[in-house]
Amino acid sequence: MISVAAEDPSPDPADASSARLARRRARVARERIIEFGLFLAAMVSVFTTLGIVYVLVKESIDFFQHVSLWDFLTDDQWTPLFDDAHFGIMVLLSGTLTSSFIALAIAIPLGTIIAIYLSEFAPFSIREIAKPFLEMLGGVPTIVYGYFALLFVTPLLQKIFPGLPGFNLLSAGIVMGIMIIPYVSSISEDAMRAVPMSLREGSYAMGATRFQTATKVIVPAAFSGIASAYILGISRAVGETMILAVAAGMQPNLTFNPLEPAATITAFIVQVALGDLPHGSVGYQTIFAAGLTLLLVTLTFNVGGYVLRKRFREAY
Amino acid sequence: MVETSEPNAAQDVTKAEVRNLNFYYGDFHALKNINMPVYEKNVTALIGPSGCGKSTFLRSFNRMHDLYPGNRYAGEIRLFPDDVNVLAASVDPIEVRMRISMVFQKPNPFPKTIYENVAYGLRVRGESRRVVLNEKVEEALRSAALWGEVKDRLNDLAFNLSGGQQQRVCIARALATDPEILLFDEPTSALDPIATASIEELIHDLKSRVTIVIVTHNMQQAARVSDYTAYMYLGELVEFDVTDTIFIKPKKKQTEDYITGRFG
Amino acid sequence: MAYARDLNQIRALIATHKRWDLVFALCGLLALMIGVLSFAVLFVDMAIDGLPRLSAEFFTNFPSRRPAQAGILSAWVGSCLVMIVTAFFAVPLGVASGLYLEEYASKNWVTDLIEINITNLAGVPSIVYGLLALGLFVYQFGLGQSILAAGLTLALLILPVVIVATREAIRSIPQGIREGAYALGATRWQVCKDHVVPYSSAGILTGVIIGMARAIGETAPVITIGALTFIAFLPPAPLTSAAPFVSFEWVTSPFTVMPIQIFNWTSRPEAAFHQNAAAAGLVLVLMTLAMNGLAIWLRYQLRKNLKW
Repeated sequence: MISVAAEDPSPDPADASSARLARRRARVARERIIEFGLFLAAMVSVFTTLGIVYVLVKESIDFFQHVSLWDFLTDDQWTPLFDDAHFGIMVLLSGTLTSSFIALAIAIPLGTIIAIYLSEFAPFSIREIAKPFLEMLGGVPTIVYGYFALLFVTPLLQKIFPGLPGFNLLSAGIVMGIMIIPYVSSISEDAMRAVPMSLREGSYAMGATRFQTATKVIVPAAFSGIASAYILGISRAVGETMILAVAAGMQPNLTFNPLEPAATITAFIVQVALGDLPHGSVGYQTIFAAGLTLLLVTLTFNVGGYVLRKRFREAY
Repeated sequence: MVETSEPNAAQDVTKAEVRNLNFYYGDFHALKNINMPVYEKNVTALIGPSGCGKSTFLRSFNRMHDLYPGNRYAGEIRLFPDDVNVLAASVDPIEVRMRISMVFQKPNPFPKTIYENVAYGLRVRGESRRVVLNEKVEEALRSAALWGEVKDRLNDLAFNLSGGQQQRVCIARALATDPEILLFDEPTSALDPIATASIEELIHDLKSRVTIVIVTHNMQQAARVSDYTAYMYLGELVEFDVTDTIFIKPKKKQTEDYITGRFG
Repeated sequence: MAYARDLNQIRALIATHKRWDLVFALCGLLALMIGVLSFAVLFVDMAIDGLPRLSAEFFTNFPSRRPAQAGILSAWVGSCLVMIVTAFFAVPLGVASGLYLEEYASKNWVTDLIEINITNLAGVPSIVYGLLALGLFVYQFGLGQSILAAGLTLALLILPVVIVATREAIRSIPQGIREGAYALGATRWQVCKDHVVPYSSAGILTGVIIGMARAIGETAPVITIGALTFIAFLPPAPLTSAAPFVSFEWVTSPFTVMPIQIFNWTSRPEAAFHQNAAAAGLVLVLMTLAMNGLAIWLRYQLRKNLKW
């Protein structure tokens, strides 16, 4: 309902104008309060970031009182809960990097091919069926993917690689890759569809085929969108937790061999959270140091993506 | 500059012949029974009020309509000297587009360097030898009267050029592959008057090398630039003749009404 | 100098290029098949293992050390309660943020800061939200390892989704409608409450449902808070038989959620528990699919009905 700010007719002009003024003041005050309330709600995102930074940095500072930064970065063992504790983040990073690499080796090529196919080749009917399927693929909870990796993919892989341990990075990496395909393909496809038809017509008018137009004109034109799709995929892979916790095991292991079990940064945090760690102990603080490392890695990629997008913003 | 002789239908060689061309956008009958010759190394202009079908007609020459579903051609556009019907379903549109090039209304350079834009058509044809590409790119840019301005910055992005220069890159791009017919779809409607004048001059110079068909909503441009003019109205070809005849003494009253500005 | 004028040359060239077209189209279809098949295989595998275990008892039993008697009662109840808290926080905060950014905010550095933060938070791994919750909500704010902490954390997690959906829904309202309202003397808040929010509500709802579908499947943040993996009791009921008839004890009670129950069962070596995990996983996937499907259907209806 539209409410009209109507004035009440009043017999006495002087009364009427002061009443109007009072109403106006109340209205303005109300509007300001509401605006401030909405502003605070919008600031929640800023507060969240500040909260995250505060928590991670505070606990990490405590952590680094006990462990030197040098050791943290260069030690080749990660045994924070032992008596002879070692805190080499490299160990966890190796698990993260290996599994992410496998995942991206699947997701980026497949995702890009699917995006090009759907945007430039596929007839309407195929697009209509494929898109919901891909959305569903992206909507499956990661714990279910973890189950799938451990109890279906690993036994399958064990037929190909006899001797493959029950927990391994390969299985987790493959399933993670499949999970990330929709992220890469849908953002890339959006970027490609945003390329104006006039560029396509220009290319086709030169006698180019679909494949030539797609690879020589559309993909370069959509480059920044495609790059941000890749960056999102990388972020997703590095930050993934449950698939790895379930299928790659939670034993820290400095390795780049996908046929071995290993713990990633994320899986380690889960492992600690599952146990009993007294608040304030070094063990408790390690998860925040690990979390800070994770945040810095994903932040680097996100910022990199943002910079890429700004530099290569297409001016159509 | 070659001396342009008066257009003379008796002497001019036919490059293409449009026979009973009909075109349908779905159920809509957009082009009705068009018959028209296109004379070699001459400029043929298509004029008419908005919605008369001139762009639709132009885009039939290089099968652009094939890119969108629901379109249907009936009739023929025969290309000489080999007398092949460009609209036949058995003829590959890509083959047609390799022989007939197009310049669009809004300049649409690719997000690539000037060099790569002009070389694109050649690359699509499988040419990758640097020597050949360099030569053809220079030749095309000279023909488009752009070489002097860009020869030192061929590796700049085409986007960084002005509107008129971008359009000339597109013209160079279309020329680089030595097309048999060059189609212009309102090439100067998005440009300022100075750029427009230079493109018109360019078209005048180009016609000695390539057959040109140009769509324009600007009558004066048609009068300035073309040898033959076709006046279209509501999907039909009302009158086709030597430009001077159309503009000075049109045979049909409809044409005269349009030329003198009584409507449209 | 003519170039490749020979028609035969041209035809041969085109044939080669068209072969590439065909090869790529096949590759594209193949890649698509891999994606689609993976989903199908996953679903069928879970169904084969899990369907036999689905029964009424499965939904009304607590987890147990004996797999055949274990059920997901505490898990799905916990999930529902957490979702209520999540929605309670996410919807007002998300809608208010979206409204502020679209209708009130001017272009200055504060607005830029907010927008950068929203984009950034969308890319933060979910486990980091768990750490935020652990450090801040559970300990610093003293909320304990409770449904409240979990709901609040998940609300923050899905906030970017809700905000983006709200903004897009608001943006699609034509400016003419706002102008008409302002011209009649309405204040900005009146325009928002009487027009902007009602007309964009379907789009907002779509975003909320998608966000909730995501939240219901999140495991990592909830584990980090300390949701327990073996819970054989239900949180205190929200409705009580004595006055004041509504209790909030459940908000601070220990609890578990569906994904954690699945995690627990998957991690056990006995195959029988794996079956339970498959069954619970099936339920979870079906719930998520249903919610996503609902959101897609809503979006479709919305596009049909809105005739700007």
